[in-house]
Amino acid sequence: MEPTTGLSPEVVKMIAAAATIAIGAIGPALAIGTIGSKGLEAIGRNPEAAGKVQTSMVLGLAFAEAIAIYALVIALIVKFV
Amino acid sequence: MEISLAAEQIGHLGPLPITNSMLLSWIVSIGLILATTFSLRNLKSVPTGIQNFFETIVEALFNLANSILDDEKATKKYFALVATIFIFIVTNNWIGLVPGVGSIGIHEGEKFVPLLRGANADLNTTLALAVVAVIAIQIFGVAAIGTFKYAKKFINFNGPINFFIGIIELISEFAKMISFSFRLFGNIFAGEVLLTIVAFLVPLIAPLPFFALELFVGAVQALVFSMLVLVFIKMAITEVSH
Repeated sequence: MEPTTGLSPEVVKMIAAAATIAIGAIGPALAIGTIGSKGLEAIGRNPEAAGKVQTSMVLGLAFAEAIAIYALVIALIVKFV
Repeated sequence: MEISLAAEQIGHLGPLPITNSMLLSWIVSIGLILATTFSLRNLKSVPTGIQNFFETIVEALFNLANSILDDEKATKKYFALVATIFIFIVTNNWIGLVPGVGSIGIHEGEKFVPLLRGANADLNTTLALAVVAVIAIQIFGVAAIGTFKYAKKFINFNGPINFFIGIIELISEFAKMISFSFRLFGNIFAGEVLLTIVAFLVPLIAPLPFFALELFVGAVQALVFSMLVLVFIKMAITEVSH
């Protein structure tokens, strides 16, 4: 049954794609900020361990960023498929 | 402006379809193999020229791997896979930025099919890398501590909580495959979409900072993929301590 009122599918697709990445990036943004700040704090307290702290920090950043990438991939799939 | 999530097919080898990203990954692989084979024919004890360049890269990667594994014997065993993954991914990402990739192609009726496309902008390539990496992690784990001790990490009957932790660990191995592939695919494909859109909006000068960003992202994602594989190998070869 074709919808006669309300938003058309194309409009809903566009809104869905935009909302997916917009909301999906909030969590990772907060997480990356926290990881970065804790990492910098750790380096400041113990500059000798900077190498080790930096390696673990970059690793943690990669995991957090991956979540944002998942949201981005879903948004791209909604928009282009 | 044509943006396609899936890599477009440009030919076939019998029943096997050949996509444009597959073609670029072949070109990169053959290029790397030829470059290393022909420049390392007369190895000298004190390196000069091209040998020096390759030795610098290998030494830098080896020191990085050593700093994570903290055990030179272990590093020598696992370094080859990790360094290969890094060099493959970073070369593919950077070659995917060369002018011509994604813009030179054929018009098939309505659609435009580019002849070349960044290899990691295709989920197939990244999924293949992820599957190879995760299977290699399992094999290295079994080779290092033995089948029974390695299986005990996943199938653990020492009490109900440990049993469920083992099940979750098993599922998380499969989640690693998905996370590896989607992280790399998402970053590189989103970069390509970004460059396409920016070049569509403002073709001159404005895409330059985005190309710089993509160079950076390509290198960082290669580093993250290989370092993550190394960290998971380290976790797989250590025995469960009580």
